[in-house]
Amino acid sequence: MALYSEKVMDHFKNPRNVGKMENADGVGEVGNAKCGDIMKMYLKIEDGVIVDAKFNTFGCGSAIATSSMATEMIIGKTVDEALTLSNKAVVEALDGLPANKIHCSVLAEEAVKAAIKDYYDKNGIAYDRELFCDGNCAHCHAHDDE
Amino acid sequence: MYVYADNAATTKMSPTAIQAMTDAIEQYWGNPSSLHTTGQTAKEALEAARAEIAQLLGAESPREIYFTSGGSEADNQAILSAAQFGARKGKKHIISTKFEHHAVLHTLQKLQKQGYEVELLDVHETGIVTPEQVKNALRPDTALVTVMYANNEIGTVQPIREIGAVCREAGVLFHTDAVQAVCHIPVSVREDNIDMLSLSAHKFHGPKGIGVLYARKGILLRNLIEGGAQERGKRAGTENMPAILSMAVAMREEMAQMDAVTAKLTTMRDRLIEGLTKIPHSRLNGDRNQRVPATVNFCFEGIEGEALLLMLDAEGIQASSGSACTSGSLDPSHVLLALGLPHEVAHGSLRLSIDAETTDDEITHILTVVPRVVSYLRNMSPVWEALENGEKEHLI
Repeated sequence: MALYSEKVMDHFKNPRNVGKMENADGVGEVGNAKCGDIMKMYLKIEDGVIVDAKFNTFGCGSAIATSSMATEMIIGKTVDEALTLSNKAVVEALDGLPANKIHCSVLAEEAVKAAIKDYYDKNGIAYDRELFCDGNCAHCHAHDDE
Repeated sequence: MYVYADNAATTKMSPTAIQAMTDAIEQYWGNPSSLHTTGQTAKEALEAARAEIAQLLGAESPREIYFTSGGSEADNQAILSAAQFGARKGKKHIISTKFEHHAVLHTLQKLQKQGYEVELLDVHETGIVTPEQVKNALRPDTALVTVMYANNEIGTVQPIREIGAVCREAGVLFHTDAVQAVCHIPVSVREDNIDMLSLSAHKFHGPKGIGVLYARKGILLRNLIEGGAQERGKRAGTENMPAILSMAVAMREEMAQMDAVTAKLTTMRDRLIEGLTKIPHSRLNGDRNQRVPATVNFCFEGIEGEALLLMLDAEGIQASSGSACTSGSLDPSHVLLALGLPHEVAHGSLRLSIDAETTDDEITHILTVVPRVVSYLRNMSPVWEALENGEKEHLI
């Protein structure tokens, strides 16, 4: 049995929407290098609709694959719809992830939310702060620090 | 092109070792503990293998060779034995290093919970512990010093003979996990002042599931497995005859060709080091020269090791980010952290371990593909830009 599903490998080897975006309407970065994953998400938003998304990721194969899948899943969606993107939906779209890699999908969800939060902040749009990542990775996945 | 560069994880069995195994299955299927002819025929083959291994390791007597299920069991038995018999004399201090294999570290952690005092020596940026460090750490209540011969992740070789001499002089038991050393560099338990040594056959083209604990005459062992008189009562269970006989053949064969193989591997290894060093923001982990001929370990800043491995695998290069035993873990290598590397850098490691079958063309392939894949992943990485344009010197 392979480590990852064919879909994960496809999105890892041929990532969609990878790269930086100039003049993005929202940019979000989550994770940290110490934990081994950083995702940076860029969004282009027009009339409340995500017309383009790009990402840069430092991380393992599943971190790259979940970022790629997440961008595909939100392009064409309204901001409100994108906010409902769950890590579970990303995992399902990738035909599953190994148990110790589920946190990568959480990171992808948080990256999208962080970029949207940035968009809200830039445009003075009010929002519920509880919906967003508090920057503490330990809340989503615990590392064995011995 | 298909390149297997993960020989430190395991090696492919040699044709002679495979032959020895099938021969054993056909000819020596008897139980060596049986008194009849079939059993005693097996017993003779078993003892011949034991004698051969004793001789190849420089042991004084075949009675010093105990067959185990592998390196991990041998490590466990050596350490737990020394701890138990040390405690009887009021000695509960154990010295080791920060970058041992987990078969050693986890056993030591278990002892720590039982009230033993474990001191793990620093291995410096070079990945080498010095005899002076060991000497300075020795105490009247030291029960055991255990230092690996060659590190499994970075390949650095420890000054075992000198450390052994320090221990011998102080009358302290000395164990070495020589899993990555036996058949790769010259090892002699007698000349290297070793009291106990662990080895594993599948690291030298022998079968998996078989290893040896060498314990010098007079050293007391405690059982991990009870239930029979095999291995002089110290390891119950009917002997794994095919694996034992195959291991002896593999060991003889590998040691006979060690000089020639070392010369070839050293040249190829040095090509790897030279070529991979040219990648910007890369570093060779561990001392440049004091290392086994087959292993190199590099860190590439700005990328993560697993992504690198998967990309390389897709290009036909099979390598490791460190120890295969810890690949399920998300934490960076304890070995690289012991060298003083920050977590951020330790995540991006690559271990390449070659063997006698590796060709110059394969090295060329590695040196073509690795820089390309590293660069591809770096371009995808949000942290690379800051490194590349000099905003940051390191990822810290």
